[in-house]
Amino acid sequence: MIEVINLVKEFDNLNVLNGVDLTIKDGEKIAIIGPSGCGKSTFLRCLNCLEDPTSGQIIVDGVDIADMNVDINIQRQKIGMVFQQFNLFNNKTILENITLAPVLLKKATKEEATKKAYELLEAIGLKDKADVYPSTLSGGQKQRVAIVRALAMEPKVLLFDEPTSALDPEMVKEVLDLIKEVANKNITMIIVTHEMGFAKEVADTVCFMDQGKIIEKGTPTEVFDHPKNARLVSFLSKVL
Amino acid sequence: MNWANKFEVFWNSICQENFQQLILKGLFNTLLIAVMGLIIGIIVGTLLAICKVAPKYKLGIRILDKLATAYIAIFRGTPIVVQLLLAYYVLLPALGIKGVDPLVVGIIVFGLNSAAYVAEIMRGGLNSVDPGQMEAGRALGLSYKTTMIKIVIPQAIKNILPTLGNEFITLIKETSVVSFITVVDLYTAFNTIGTNTYSVVVPYIVMALIYIVLIVIITVLVKLMEKGLAKSDRSN
Repeated sequence: MIEVINLVKEFDNLNVLNGVDLTIKDGEKIAIIGPSGCGKSTFLRCLNCLEDPTSGQIIVDGVDIADMNVDINIQRQKIGMVFQQFNLFNNKTILENITLAPVLLKKATKEEATKKAYELLEAIGLKDKADVYPSTLSGGQKQRVAIVRALAMEPKVLLFDEPTSALDPEMVKEVLDLIKEVANKNITMIIVTHEMGFAKEVADTVCFMDQGKIIEKGTPTEVFDHPKNARLVSFLSKVL
Repeated sequence: MNWANKFEVFWNSICQENFQQLILKGLFNTLLIAVMGLIIGIIVGTLLAICKVAPKYKLGIRILDKLATAYIAIFRGTPIVVQLLLAYYVLLPALGIKGVDPLVVGIIVFGLNSAAYVAEIMRGGLNSVDPGQMEAGRALGLSYKTTMIKIVIPQAIKNILPTLGNEFITLIKETSVVSFITVVDLYTAFNTIGTNTYSVVVPYIVMALIYIVLIVIITVLVKLMEKGLAKSDRSN
């Protein structure tokens, strides 16, 4: 379970998050939507402390990861992240991208990690790409490898930061399909997305953020079909 | 004296075993100082660069950053000749250290001097790596250090290799000042031949040619290494 309590993030006196509260149950799939600059990516990046919160608490399985005394490297092993720009390691092959962290962090031996990486690559149909470098892959392929790389650490939580925003339109589906597949597992997922149809389909809970706060939260039906907040209504009228 | 004569004098002198040995020793020392200097420069320079790019959360890192900045200012702010003279004729006697091979002093001073330049090259190289690479490593649970060593530095090296090649070339040429502290290098060797035969023209021209050949060879080697490192690019 993740409990976010009064999370505030300031960049040089610019308030990006103005006290976010959110409780996320194990296995819950949460979609975060909102206009550009509303703080949704910053919120996501605070959840694994890629941005250090200015104040507030982020309690993951009883540990407040916002506390600077917590060994964040250990906590992050439980929290995978998929980036908008994929961020595959350019100097490593696809196979090495997937096995690097599990082997270095002693989650698996090299043989185990390699075996598992091949299984994961097989599942996404990219086994033949194991020994090539990321630069030779298409955007969709890169993002699917990035998802698999996160999965190889067997995280309890997966954070997706606009996973399809940097993709060509024809590659969006293959990535969304994989995310849907992952959603069937018992992994908690928090997805920042502009794909409303996808959010509707995959999420248990949809959060609408504006001006650094979650101002509406509910099931996809509640949020998309019966929006209450005026700003959400206006946002939906522009994107749907 | 005409040119044929000058060549004859030079040829006769390099036919003598002691002059041959002098040239070989000079060539060896020049390369040794440049290679060892670059190795020390890369090691110390990388440490300095890391002090400068590391996130400044902790007081210790902030102090190291200031020290690195001071180091770079000192070594870039004084000529290498001055550093050699200070090290050999001031610092060593002041510390009461005797009998140190001036070659060793030369290597260390060139290494420490080069480190200041390499640090700036490295800093630029490290900053040129997409920050997303560090974030991806950290998000997987790898430490700053591990991500730096396994992911960021290897990519930075690819960006900085051409500039490091230039640094090596500069080092080879600059080694000619080690004669100030009595080290025999390529320049000293040919200068000795020239002054012994009262004819410096040919020795100096030959010396220049040797420098050019050395540097062309290094340029080619750097190009080859760049190609090797480019294997993770699409354009190979």
